[in-house]
Amino acid sequence: MDDMPETAALTTRADAGPAGAPRNRKAPVYLDYQATTPTDPRVVEAMLPYFTEKFGNPHSRNHAYGWESEEAVETARSQVADIIGADPREVIFTSGATESNNLALKGVARFYKDRKNHVVTCVTEHKCVLDSCRHLEQEGFDVTYLPVRQDGLIDLDQLREAITDKTVIVSIMAVNNEIGVIQPIKEIGAICRERKVFFHTDAAQAVGKIPLDVDEMNIDLLSISGHKIYGPKGIGALYVRRRPRVRLAALITGGGQERGMRSGTLPTPLCVGLGAACAIAKAEMGAEAERLRMLRDRFYEGIVERLPEVYVNGDLEQRIPGNLNISFAYVEGEGLMMGIKELAVSSGSACTSASLEPSYVLRALGVDEELAHTSLRIGLGRFTTEDEVDYAVEKIAGEVERLRQMSPLWEMAQEGIDLKSIEWAEH
Amino acid sequence: MAYSDKVIDHYEHPRNVGSLDKNDDSVGTGLVGAPACGDVMKLQIKVDAEGIIEDAKFKTFGCGSAIASSSLVTEWVKGKSVDEASTIKNTEIAEHLALPPVKIHCSVLAEDAIKAAVADYKAKRDDDDKIEAAE
Repeated sequence: MDDMPETAALTTRADAGPAGAPRNRKAPVYLDYQATTPTDPRVVEAMLPYFTEKFGNPHSRNHAYGWESEEAVETARSQVADIIGADPREVIFTSGATESNNLALKGVARFYKDRKNHVVTCVTEHKCVLDSCRHLEQEGFDVTYLPVRQDGLIDLDQLREAITDKTVIVSIMAVNNEIGVIQPIKEIGAICRERKVFFHTDAAQAVGKIPLDVDEMNIDLLSISGHKIYGPKGIGALYVRRRPRVRLAALITGGGQERGMRSGTLPTPLCVGLGAACAIAKAEMGAEAERLRMLRDRFYEGIVERLPEVYVNGDLEQRIPGNLNISFAYVEGEGLMMGIKELAVSSGSACTSASLEPSYVLRALGVDEELAHTSLRIGLGRFTTEDEVDYAVEKIAGEVERLRQMSPLWEMAQEGIDLKSIEWAEH
Repeated sequence: MAYSDKVIDHYEHPRNVGSLDKNDDSVGTGLVGAPACGDVMKLQIKVDAEGIIEDAKFKTFGCGSAIASSSLVTEWVKGKSVDEASTIKNTEIAEHLALPPVKIHCSVLAEDAIKAAVADYKAKRDDDDKIEAAE
């Protein structure tokens, strides 16, 4: 616990009790930890004083209220820096990973636009990266969208080929939000450094789950989200390397806070929360990863024992332990979700499940459209228990069996009819 | 998305799930939709000598609204003549189930399924008539 500063006011996991687990028996079992996480009670505890008695503006230089807040913010900054092996001066607070990704891409591209005009990213990035790139294209930048292999990972040779003299930045996510696969960040960093191109990684789903070191991995910019790591919503951070220096054009201007890169009064309680969340995640990462892997294996084995024709999307090894994305052939995902209301899971990604299109991430892996329609994302996390996993297996397997009995595709497959041989009327 | 009580009822207690013998001349089979679009409906009708639908079965791959739409039409077509059944409109299905706009296509598919099943039945009849005429 030595590396956890006092402001975090941390208690041990056992002391924290079962908070975060569904308190209300009727509440669904939460298995959507890639969408968001409950704020850890230890994080909330650390934040609370900064809403009330310690309410000062961290930028007020003239009195104790300001100094007290500033000290808390700087402690939090150190905690954030610590989890990625950075210097605290290289961390700036933002409203979340979406802002961090916008700032990294638009900020860097616009700052260097007189010399360079090319950006490299990947088709399975989060929508906020892809959309930032679309905006840059409208501003005249060229963007290369690298494909992914069937395992969900980029091909390093294709990355090497994509980088030109005009490339200013490469942005590749560390961990995918839908399929949980881990990109070869260290190798990508080495390629970018060799070619003298900035490397940004969206690490919203990676921080606190896999070890990250910005120096060892040659990362120049890295995005962090608070609410994905048991911290509060509305706060994130962007790591911006000082040596060699990365410069960027601010998106939000004003009082020049955060070294001019992000103006606005820092939300002290949220900063403290993000810091505490990072400190806890770092201290517990090893044991937690092992526990989650056990739970995930238990879930997966339980499912395949009961059900034939289930397919994992994305590489199972190069993957964070808390994620499974599974296609249950012949059963449509949205229909399945309706039958498992006792579980909070995701069909496709939460960002896109309002539309009827199957996930663009699964499509990019080359998953057949029909299989993409049958996928669920199961996200296990800090408060997931063995009982919940067993319950989920029981519910999902039972409902898939019921819906398969109702599925004309399952019936045809059982009769040995090749579904691809049929001329379907696409509608 | 919030589903209507009727959709939930049909989803949880689907009527007439199953299959009829598709090689039986009195059975018409409609298979509509596409797996790649996320909806496939199979609707089968069994027609008696008077041209009245005496039984109907369905199987559906799709969301709750698609399952409910097909379950509902199996109830509606029973006891109707094949021509009466063909007049069922998707708007009636959507209205009965209170489908939201993004789910209207489920009711369209159910209407198409009825029409396809009736067409299949009539095609079989025509073939039989031709065979009988030839004899």
